Amino acid sequence: MKIAEIINPYVGETGGLITALQAVQAAQGFLPPETEAVAAEAFNLTKAEVKGVISFYADFHREPQGEIVVRLCAAEACQAAGGRDLAAAVEKKFALKSGETSASGDLTLEPVYCLGLCSAAPAALVGDKLVGRADAQRIEDAVARHAKERA
Amino acid sequence: MAEALKLFLPLDSVAVSLGANEVAGALLAEAAQRNVDIQLTRTGSRGMHWLEPLLEVERDGERLGFGPLEESDVGGLLDSLLDSKAKHAKSIGLAEEVPFFKNQTRLIFARCGVTDPLCLDDYAAHGGLAGLDAAIKKQGADICEEILASGLRGRGGAGFPAGIKWKTVAQAESDQKYIVCNADEGDSGTFADRMIMEGDPYLLIEGMAIAGLAVGATKGYIYLRSEYPIAANILNDAIAKAETAGLLGDNVRGSGKAFHLQVFIGAGAYICGEETSLLESLEGKRGEVRAKPPLPALEGLFGKPTLVHNVITLCSVPVILEKEAEFYRDFGMGKSTGTMPFQIAGNVKHGGLYETAFGVTLGELVETIGGGARTGKPVRAVQIGGPLGAYLPPSLFHLPMDYEAMLAKGAGVGHGGIVIFDESVDLLEQARYAFEFCVEESCGKCTPCRIGSVRGVEVIDRIRGRIDHDDNLVVLDDLCELMVDGSLCAMGGMTPIPVQSALKYFPEDFGLRPAKQAAE
Ligand SMILES: Cc1cc2nc3c(=O)[nH]c(=O)nc-3n(C[C@H](O)[C@H](O)[C@H](O)COP(=O)(O)O)c2cc1C
Ligand code: SF4
Ligand code: FES
Repeated sequence: MKIAEIINPYVGETGGLITALQAVQAAQGFLPPETEAVAAEAFNLTKAEVKGVISFYADFHREPQGEIVVRLCAAEACQAAGGRDLAAAVEKKFALKSGETSASGDLTLEPVYCLGLCSAAPAALVGDKLVGRADAQRIEDAVARHAKERA
Repeated sequence: MAEALKLFLPLDSVAVSLGANEVAGALLAEAAQRNVDIQLTRTGSRGMHWLEPLLEVERDGERLGFGPLEESDVGGLLDSLLDSKAKHAKSIGLAEEVPFFKNQTRLIFARCGVTDPLCLDDYAAHGGLAGLDAAIKKQGADICEEILASGLRGRGGAGFPAGIKWKTVAQAESDQKYIVCNADEGDSGTFADRMIMEGDPYLLIEGMAIAGLAVGATKGYIYLRSEYPIAANILNDAIAKAETAGLLGDNVRGSGKAFHLQVFIGAGAYICGEETSLLESLEGKRGEVRAKPPLPALEGLFGKPTLVHNVITLCSVPVILEKEAEFYRDFGMGKSTGTMPFQIAGNVKHGGLYETAFGVTLGELVETIGGGARTGKPVRAVQIGGPLGAYLPPSLFHLPMDYEAMLAKGAGVGHGGIVIFDESVDLLEQARYAFEFCVEESCGKCTPCRIGSVRGVEVIDRIRGRIDHDDNLVVLDDLCELMVDGSLCAMGGMTPIPVQSALKYFPEDFGLRPAKQAAE
């Protein structure tokens, strides 16, 4: 679908610009460069205003992410339950630093600040799968399962 | 043929993160293989998260619990259920008799973990809608009075009396008013909002509808963080069903009054939990904090009078209308009335949600109820009230969970989250993280918050490296003071709380002599 077609239904909705950008990202995996101009036109805003919104929110990406995104919770409850060690182990296992995408484009590693699983910490989100009481092995298994499901 | 085996398994995110969906799949498959008829209901969670996934089996009107279950347990469990004499290794007895559950006072979470979250008949059969029906019989001003008399205070963090806000919005003249539910729940260590939205969504809908009737608002929004997709689906389904059933729409339960409700999903910004930032975001803009005044109650969403409340505040409303203010006010202590769903998290043996009246001590929640650290090591610190909350030592565990008692120690109840750390914690590192988090999440509007937090990280690193140690401790102090004085909102203004409480109660981690044990 063309970006304008994705965006147009949200014009006039409450908070429509944000919802429209979410829809573009859901369809394309990221916000392609032309998104700014198309959204600006649709919502009668300047390109700078749209850019300002995109840059404000952590969920929006201007570049494609890896096939699988592994989000490790970096917030306090998970720190208390060994989250820092887990992050180090996962970084080592995938030979990636937090915030990076592998050269092959298979995997992105990023922090998230609380998944609401703080009573089952440390927690992670692998693709769309929640992982509570996470350890490096369970995360690796979830990545493998995710890859298999997408194959 | 025998009656179907009635089974209950949570759909709650915690249960799912621990394999509940796989257990559900195995139940269906193994039952089919054994030719056993089962009726599986997915519920919210009871909040005993160390037992999740927790399966319950109905027998003679009572529910037996089994957990924590793994996929591989399911076949054996079904076999033992069919043989009435067998006792399964993962049996916990009656779910409601587990002390963690039994000793709670569940006014808000009464149905959570018990009923089918999306079944309106189930909701009504378990006391739902009684509050709304009582409200419909009253004038708006009387509903506001009831809330004021109950002593209910905002559960989002600040603890402001709800009734005062309701009256302000009710008395404002406008062609349009809004109810906005703050479901951004960004604080680490908190998940009560998520649990109630996943486990009993009609309660929130009912609370918001009552608020709408009370203040004369016809439109409501739930601002939900994007990290909660399960809650999003459940809320959207519940709203659709509530519309069909006439609980929402142009004529709320025959009251002749309209109330429409919609979910809005945020885009990953902690600051959007701050109410004015949230309103900006809901208008589709950057979530930059607005200066107050004007209060959102007078000029909120699109400049219209807006009642903004946390999920749990709104979910406390139906019981107040159903049982009246006096009943509610009898729970709690002093000016902290009613119950609070405390969330016990981090390095903890029995983590989960514990709803009880204010006044329970910190130590009871951490040691008796939570069972101390999961690692079995001594608890050294707890952080209460999220990333802007204080770090407290065990010598303060006698403190009651009460807004005023906590404030007196420079701490706050916040949204009721308690994060437990064992002796391996480094409080200097935690103080550094408080600044880092502020760097990450500042909306950028004021310099003390935006730049001060960056400086804070640097100063902590120098303290750690023993570079001009004493001087840098002074700089740290000045910096905190500057952030408190010069920040527009509590993001910058309260980041010093975790930092300075860490320094005060754990000075040895900052290279200073240990503090005398607080003996009060
Ligand atoms: C940085 C910051 C983050 C906040 N995050 C939340 C939040 O996630 N949820 C919430 O209900 N209130 C949050 N608040 C408090 C809100 O600004 C506001 O006080 C609350 O929504 C009012 O509802 P209540 O009266 O029911 O507490 C936050 C405040 C600040 C300063
Ligand atoms: S204190 Fe920080 S988050 Fe709050 S308005 Fe100022 S810059 Fe924004
Ligand atoms: S702090 Fe990690 S899930 Fe809440």
